[in-house]
Amino acid sequence: MPTSRTELLDIRSSDDVVKVRQQTRVLATEAGLSLVDQTKIITAASELARNALDYGGGGAVQMQVLQKDGRWGVRLTFEDKGPGITDVEAALKDGFTTGTGLGLGLGGARRLSNEFSIESKLGAGTKVTIARWKV
Amino acid sequence: MDRIPILKLGDALLVTIQVDMHDRLATALEEDLTNKIVTLGAKGVLIDISALEIVDSFIGRMLDNIAAVSRILDADTVVVGMRPAVAITLVELGLSLSGVKTALNVERGMALIQRRLEPEDEDADEQD
Repeated sequence: MPTSRTELLDIRSSDDVVKVRQQTRVLATEAGLSLVDQTKIITAASELARNALDYGGGGAVQMQVLQKDGRWGVRLTFEDKGPGITDVEAALKDGFTTGTGLGLGLGGARRLSNEFSIESKLGAGTKVTIARWKV
Repeated sequence: MDRIPILKLGDALLVTIQVDMHDRLATALEEDLTNKIVTLGAKGVLIDISALEIVDSFIGRMLDNIAAVSRILDADTVVVGMRPAVAITLVELGLSLSGVKTALNVERGMALIQRRLEPEDEDADEQD
């Protein structure tokens, strides 16, 4: 039986993006996610960690193993204090980028997650929450 | 800084990615491979990703870039060994890697590269 717990990781460098992936795997395994579900949430975490680094100037992620409606899962909350996103709807569309990436990060992370929410405030930062639950 | 080793295998180059790559390492690999293709006159590049637990859009773009650059330099790129869970995730992420050839394993990937080289060998035989 998994136990509920919460961890916090800083995202300040590309090495931290690797750490976020590794720790997401640890938590997803603990929550009992299948290999495909683990791969999906780790990939989504990688996209969001890199977004926080590249566009938010760094940030942090809160990582949780938790139970909801009787199902175990992983919830990740990425937060940065960057410039914020001008048009969130546009940013969620595939191919939209203000940088040099492919513009798949946000939309891809949403498709790879069971739960997805985003709050962004211009000049204050962006917060993205994703979760994946055990089937 | 760490580098990913590039091995010469006949007319091809073989890269086995065994570590969870941070972004600088991925960028360095792109540069190293491009240089090796030219200096060794390689006709193919095999990238073995069987050890990779995930491929995100950054790594996907790196694979696309390597394939595009090697094509311009007259070398074929074949990505081999992708795990099933990674393939499923990649498609859902929205990356189809349309510019990259793939094969199930190194052996089949090598066969793909050899197939492209064979017609030239036949021409050479005719000239003899």
